[in-house]
Amino acid sequence: MEKPSQSDVEKSVAGNKHRDKLFAVLGLLSTFVGMLTLAALLADLAVNGLARLQPHFFTSYPSRFAGQAGILSAWVGTILVMIVTAVTAIPVGIAAGVYLEEYAPKNWFTALIEINIANLAGVPSIVYGLMALGLFVYQFGFGQSVLSAGLTLALLILPIVIVATRESIRAVPGSMREAAYALGATKWQTTSDHVLPYSMGGILTGVIIGLSRAIGETAPLITIGALTFIAFLPDSPFKAEFPFISFDWLWSPYSVLPIQMFNWVSRPQAEFHLNAAATGLVLMVMTLAMNGIAIYFRYRFRKRIKW
Amino acid sequence: MIFAKCSNPYTPGRKKHLKTNQADAAYLDLQSQVKGRASGLTLQKIRERAIEFSMFLCAFFSVAVTGGIVWVLLYESWHFFENVSIVEFLTDTQWTVLFENPRHGIMPLVTGTLVTSGIALLVALPLGTTIAIYLSEYANSTVREILKPVLELLSAVPTVVFGYFALLFVTPLLQSVLPELPGFNMLSAGLVIGIMIIPYISSLSEDAMKAVPVHIREGSYAMGATRLQTALRVLVPAAFSGIASAYVLGFSRAVGETMVVALAAGTQPNLTLNPMEGAATITAFIVQVSLGDLPHGSIAYQSIFAAGLTLMCMTLIFNIAGYMLRKRFREIY
Repeated sequence: MEKPSQSDVEKSVAGNKHRDKLFAVLGLLSTFVGMLTLAALLADLAVNGLARLQPHFFTSYPSRFAGQAGILSAWVGTILVMIVTAVTAIPVGIAAGVYLEEYAPKNWFTALIEINIANLAGVPSIVYGLMALGLFVYQFGFGQSVLSAGLTLALLILPIVIVATRESIRAVPGSMREAAYALGATKWQTTSDHVLPYSMGGILTGVIIGLSRAIGETAPLITIGALTFIAFLPDSPFKAEFPFISFDWLWSPYSVLPIQMFNWVSRPQAEFHLNAAATGLVLMVMTLAMNGIAIYFRYRFRKRIKW
Repeated sequence: MIFAKCSNPYTPGRKKHLKTNQADAAYLDLQSQVKGRASGLTLQKIRERAIEFSMFLCAFFSVAVTGGIVWVLLYESWHFFENVSIVEFLTDTQWTVLFENPRHGIMPLVTGTLVTSGIALLVALPLGTTIAIYLSEYANSTVREILKPVLELLSAVPTVVFGYFALLFVTPLLQSVLPELPGFNMLSAGLVIGIMIIPYISSLSEDAMKAVPVHIREGSYAMGATRLQTALRVLVPAAFSGIASAYVLGFSRAVGETMVVALAAGTQPNLTLNPMEGAATITAFIVQVSLGDLPHGSIAYQSIFAAGLTLMCMTLIFNIAGYMLRKRFREIY
């Protein structure tokens, strides 16, 4: 084999270094593609929707006339559905995460649960909608109600809450548990008084991200029959007379923000597209704010806790 | 608390000052306390067991959800296939469930799904992988701390907003370059889905590359390789199993994506591989049927479950393929 001359080697080294620098630029450009899209999306929504964001937009029902239409029933519906989702998904998700991380024996059944949760995270959201249509709406007779919607979204975000809980519990060092056991604490006392408080930051982050995902979810709710035109509010949960609280709203028909937006986008008149942009802006502000809070939490808790 | 009380008389400092009978009394006292504690112990044990069991139920609940999904899809599809033969379902080229003389060939919906997800992957795989290599090997920690969360916001945007963006921003933009592009087309839907799934691919791939032991990197640098050569010839092969799972997840997301295609690609089933045309995907069809008021138990109602089952089978096939790939190429350190 011929020995390469020194100039050949220098050329090849220079070429490699050149390509290396080129790739750094390429990588930065690739991230800009994503960020530019996000910026264009926000700018487009703001340009079209900002003018519509008047107070009456939040206090009016949908209407045949784009200028008078509002999102009152949609945002109330979103809040009610989110309450059901949070009340079911958060305790079940955290309990499942704690069980798998702290209690579960290492056997085939635990492995099955773990594989199952990983797979559930990859199931398309519309399939959850189909399942809810068959089970909640017809089999259990919940109908096309706030309850069905809240439970469907709860199932959807359950894997997110479980995975976040497990990851942040895993980060608590074993020495903390051993210290608690050494003082005679039981397993549950150790978990509830030490492990859970230390991992609360990570769990909270996961819960917020899960809920922000649920707020924007549209497809499964269309499948289980959310209404796109609804000109009344569900029954109020607070009553003037005893027992002051009513749960009739759980059975009420509903609309939510993304459904309202979908309805307005799919209309041919450009007037309604402006309403859609305004609704989109409201949705974006809500989800981005929630994600911002989650990122802040993650950053703060990671910084504060030093083992 | 109880422990602290019992053990105090026996701490070495105090023992010296205790007379024998006092020590005996203290010992008896301790014994009775331990006995009193025994019944408390069983109560506590029961409580512990109850808590553990209820938490087990919560964990088991996720298996029940999977069971529910599989059962509903199979049960309703079973009724569908009692009326429609599987051969027709798989080979007919028309899907006109809502028409007078319905035809049930899933092919047009499958091609629509494959074309949109194909375009999405063409966008997301190169961009996502490049971003992953950049973030894990090139960017310093400050740049990474800023870029990563911003990119992840991309996956937090509600899909219906992306649908709006595809229909009313990207399509007009593409039409200014390709004037003959129709208002509903798979190209803009696929492009937007592609951007949407970048964060899934980039962050999972980056995690996989980060997990490759440092000494392997250092070995490569010691041989005089540049960062690019190390990344492409050492890290990507070493992290291949993690990168492959990122790709499979990206594909599942693209196939299951609903709102973008329902808004931007139209709801007209169309057996074509041309991305310039509009075509319904499996998910868009489910949305279209759900928006109407279909009687529970009709064939059209059951058809959305058959469509959903097809969707699940497609993602399942890709997951299995990904699993085989991972098994074949897995590196163990």
